[in-house]
Order: sequence, then C-alpha cells, then structure tokens
Amino acid sequence: MEDDDLVFRALANPARRFLLDLLFERDGRTLAELESELEMTRIGAMKHLRVLEDAGLLVTQRSGREKRHFLNPVPIRLIHDRWIDKYRERRVSALVHLKSELETKG
Amino acid sequence: MTTMTEARTIQAYRVYIRATPEAIWTAITDPEWTSRYGYAGRVEYDLRPGGAYRALSSEPMRAAGAPEVAVDGEVIEADPPRRLVQTWRMVMDPGLAAEGFTRLTHEIEPLADGVTKLTITHDLTDTPGYRALVAGELEDRGAGGGWPWVLSGLKTLLETGASLTH
Repeated sequence: MEDDDLVFRALANPARRFLLDLLFERDGRTLAELESELEMTRIGAMKHLRVLEDAGLLVTQRSGREKRHFLNPVPIRLIHDRWIDKYRERRVSALVHLKSELETKG
Repeated sequence: MTTMTEARTIQAYRVYIRATPEAIWTAITDPEWTSRYGYAGRVEYDLRPGGAYRALSSEPMRAAGAPEVAVDGEVIEADPPRRLVQTWRMVMDPGLAAEGFTRLTHEIEPLADGVTKLTITHDLTDTPGYRALVAGELEDRGAGGGWPWVLSGLKTLLETGASLTH
C-alpha cells in the first residue's frame, strides 16, 4: 500500500482521529493514559494505535518501562505540501516578526 | 508523575526517505544541502563532542532584517551517518533565546529496499516558545512550519531533487 493510502486509511476512523487529538493536546502519553480516554478494550486501543503507527502518524519511544506515544504530523505535512501548498503562494518571512507576534499573543 | 496539566516536553518526528543514511547525514550537516530545504539557512557543524553548531539565517531572512545566526548550540555526539546529538538554541529573537539550550537528537536507521528512517527527538522542557515554533504552530505568523515542514522538504529534496523552499 502507498504511504498516502495508509495515512488516509488511518485517518478514516473517528477513534483514531480522537487518539491523535489527545496526543495533540498532550504528547508522550502511555497506552494506559490513552486507553482510559477511550470507550474500548485495551486490545481495541492497541489495534488503533498500531494502524496509526504503521501510517507513520505515531512515533513511540521507550521511557524506562513505559512506551510513550508521540504525534508525528510529518505524513500529513507531506500530503499538505504536495497537494495543497502548491496552490498557495507562500513565503517564509522567517522569524523576524516573531517577537511582536508573541507579545501580542499575550 | 503525570497530571492533566503536565506540559508537553518532548516532540518526536519521523520520516521515511528513499535515500542512503549517508545522503541524509550530508543533507543535515552540509551547508550546500541545508540551504535547499526548510529554513534554507547554511549550517556550520564542528562534528565532534563539544564542537560548535550554528545555523545561519537565509538570504531572504537576512534581507528582512534577521541576524546572521539563527540557531546555535554544541555537538554532544556525532556518529556519522547514524546519530547526531546536540544542543539547540534559537537566538534570532532575544525573547526566545532566553529560553536557553534544548537537546536535539537525529537518528538515522537504514531499512529494507533503500529506505531510511529518520527520527528527530527534541527535548523542549520548559521552552514553550520553542515548542510552538518547532511544531509549526507559528507558521501563519511567518515563522516557517517547524520540524514537520523541514522534514517534508528534506524528503522531497532527496527523493526528487526539488526544493520546496524559494
């Protein structure tokens, strides 16, 4: 299966999108932490996490005895850059104005 | 240990690239390559423990008033073409520079069929400004798309020879 197919297939499920939303909110969660937010069995949660990892949307890292899950937005970024960004004039005015932006952000 | 309010402290990014580990290592550490994707600034790496690291502002960034050096740091571990550990501090903006040094790790692992896995782990503990910046959350403010954007550009460059950055 093509990489993009895996990404779209992984995203075509509300439970998996919810898992990504959880990680966007707070990254590096363990299986137990993610599972507690879902109304499903541990096996079910693991299956969904596996699909997300196979699509490259999750990166897992061992931290002591625990496995932590990190949202990896790079595959979505690749789709964005290839399919969407080409229609949009984009220029990186870089970080020059960042300070004022951060200040106004409060 | 973990609470509902625990801050995000580590970010991990991964991309699979049809290229050799050597090519990827070069694209990360050689200024001729780093000027062709992402923030498009030239890098200076002294690739040994304690060696200096600087990422320079690109020409367009400098024309817009950016200082010469965008990011600085120090090499902690350099094991070409597999592993590069360094400190990383964005110094382009004084407010952000005050967040201090973070720890950045590149891991390069060859898989089957000419595909190589590149993983970036960025420890961003106590650096909320950097976290937003490198996650690409400030892109609408002209701050670039952070690591997802950099890695997307790196993959595209190595696989197609095309630069996303202009």
